[in-house]
Amino acid sequence: MARYVANRLAQAVMLLVIVSAIGFALLHLAPGGPLSQFAASAQMTQEDLDRVTRQLGLDRPLPIQYLDWFGRMLRGDWGKSYRDGEAVLSVISSHLGATLELMTTATIIAVLLGCWIGILGALRRYSLFDSLATVGAMIALSIPTFWFGLVTIYVFSVTLGWLPAGNRETVGDGSFLDLAHHLIAPAMVLALVETAMWGRFMRSSMLEVINQDYIRTARAKGMPEWRILTVHALRNALLPMITVAGLQFPTLLGGALVAETVFTWPGMGRLFLDSIGYRDYPVVMGILMFSATMVLIGSLIADILYAVVDPRIRVG
Amino acid sequence: MATAALSTAQPAPGQAAWRRFCRHRLALAGAVIIVVLVLGSAIGPYLLPFDDTYIDIMKRFAPPFSGAHILGTDELGRDVLARLMMGARVSLSIGIVAMVMAMVVGIVVGAFAGFYGGVVGAVLMRLVDAVLCFPTIFLLLALAALTEPGLVTTTVLIAATAWMWVARVVEAQVRSLREREFAVAALAFGSSNLRIMFRELVPNAVAPIMVAATLNVAKAILLESYLSYLGYGIQPPAASLGNMLNNAQIYLTSAPWLAIAPGVAITLAVTSFNFLGDGLRDALDPRMNIP
Repeated sequence: MARYVANRLAQAVMLLVIVSAIGFALLHLAPGGPLSQFAASAQMTQEDLDRVTRQLGLDRPLPIQYLDWFGRMLRGDWGKSYRDGEAVLSVISSHLGATLELMTTATIIAVLLGCWIGILGALRRYSLFDSLATVGAMIALSIPTFWFGLVTIYVFSVTLGWLPAGNRETVGDGSFLDLAHHLIAPAMVLALVETAMWGRFMRSSMLEVINQDYIRTARAKGMPEWRILTVHALRNALLPMITVAGLQFPTLLGGALVAETVFTWPGMGRLFLDSIGYRDYPVVMGILMFSATMVLIGSLIADILYAVVDPRIRVG
Repeated sequence: MATAALSTAQPAPGQAAWRRFCRHRLALAGAVIIVVLVLGSAIGPYLLPFDDTYIDIMKRFAPPFSGAHILGTDELGRDVLARLMMGARVSLSIGIVAMVMAMVVGIVVGAFAGFYGGVVGAVLMRLVDAVLCFPTIFLLLALAALTEPGLVTTTVLIAATAWMWVARVVEAQVRSLREREFAVAALAFGSSNLRIMFRELVPNAVAPIMVAATLNVAKAILLESYLSYLGYGIQPPAASLGNMLNNAQIYLTSAPWLAIAPGVAITLAVTSFNFLGDGLRDALDPRMNIP
């Protein structure tokens, strides 16, 4: 087990190095590179620019610059926002809560609903429910999230007037009920794609398990069907879902960005788009690196967890 | 007579695949819808009396089915149907061209990684893993922020964020095909590595590559709509299915039809390519079927 974890950790560190190299390259691809903020102002002369270049160490060889940049990233110094001079990491963390709230709620909805649909579809394979669920999942995966958001706003906010059309809270209210009321629509929109994915994976995982020999053995022993399904089949079918959670993470983050935009949700995705609009490259690159690192850590945790609950992985 | 009996007992693999494909009714429906969409966006604009960029300020916000404009007009009095057809033309073209670019990069990277294995394979595939760590929309938007938006950049950027899945598929195929007799025989004949890779191994992986290509078109159309909706893809006055929804949110109360037609078109196109890909997978590779 320790060996597996160490192995997987080493892989993750190597990936982080490549990811950071890609991030560093993108930073230097920006128009004017890291200097763009200074080059944009008209008062800067070429001499001033040269001086800033030397001060920031941008005249050193690229590998040295990269190591320096990577070292500062590790120490938590991610640069400063062009907009207000705030540290990038603190800008991100002030928007992270809203995004996590949205992602967690959507995931809970998607896991419960998706697993239920997937299990039922597998047990009643090729039934009307299963066919509808399969087709429905494919359509759900094909609908652009932002358009589903627009439709939701039109139906539930414009026509019915049940839900607010955006924002995280009513100004001046902010009670738990008010927050929950604002959360429903964006969480529902974000959960759509997730539910479809969970349903599809759960269905195939359940199908794989209920066709195994040990299920037939359990039946042959005369074990009641509900006990076979819950104790023997479901427990094993749920294991691969840990991997699915890890795999789903990038999609979830991307979906959150879109849902946040449509519902003016003050999260990290909206901050990202705003920063792009302001050409605030340190924040843009910061969020890009932050999200990639989150994905990396997410898949690392999923892999280790999977190895903990399923011993076959560690040995194989 | 014996041959006749044989031929009925064992149809050619191609025929069997075709039969399996036809049984997949949704895939067939997808194929039909794609043909309709392609024909509609290719020929349609010539049949309409309206130009997609013609502004008629007197006829702003005409609702659908009221007078000459079948799907109504938008905030500048432009005909929605004409814009929809031109938009579909742009979106479908981007989807297909971006797919071709992603396929070329993915096949080359996958073939080299799978064929050489070892250090080359490890380095290339870790690069694939690393790019996959970036959530697609974040990477796409960050790249778009660094470039001038337009038709060419949008297509290239989408391809740049979509080749990794193809590379994974091709790498796995080539790695396993490399050990087969025909590959070893080609090597014994003195074929060059490049020739073995691209004339022997890759053509034998054509089934999964075709499936990946079809699903890739669906993904590319979806990504174009996200990028254009957020304002970093196709720029107005040119229409694309995504940027038609750009202003739809502002007019959601007064002119909801502006949001309906483009959204339905995107969903229809993406769903069709997804079903087509699913059907191809079932038809071309029965082993990939989930039991």
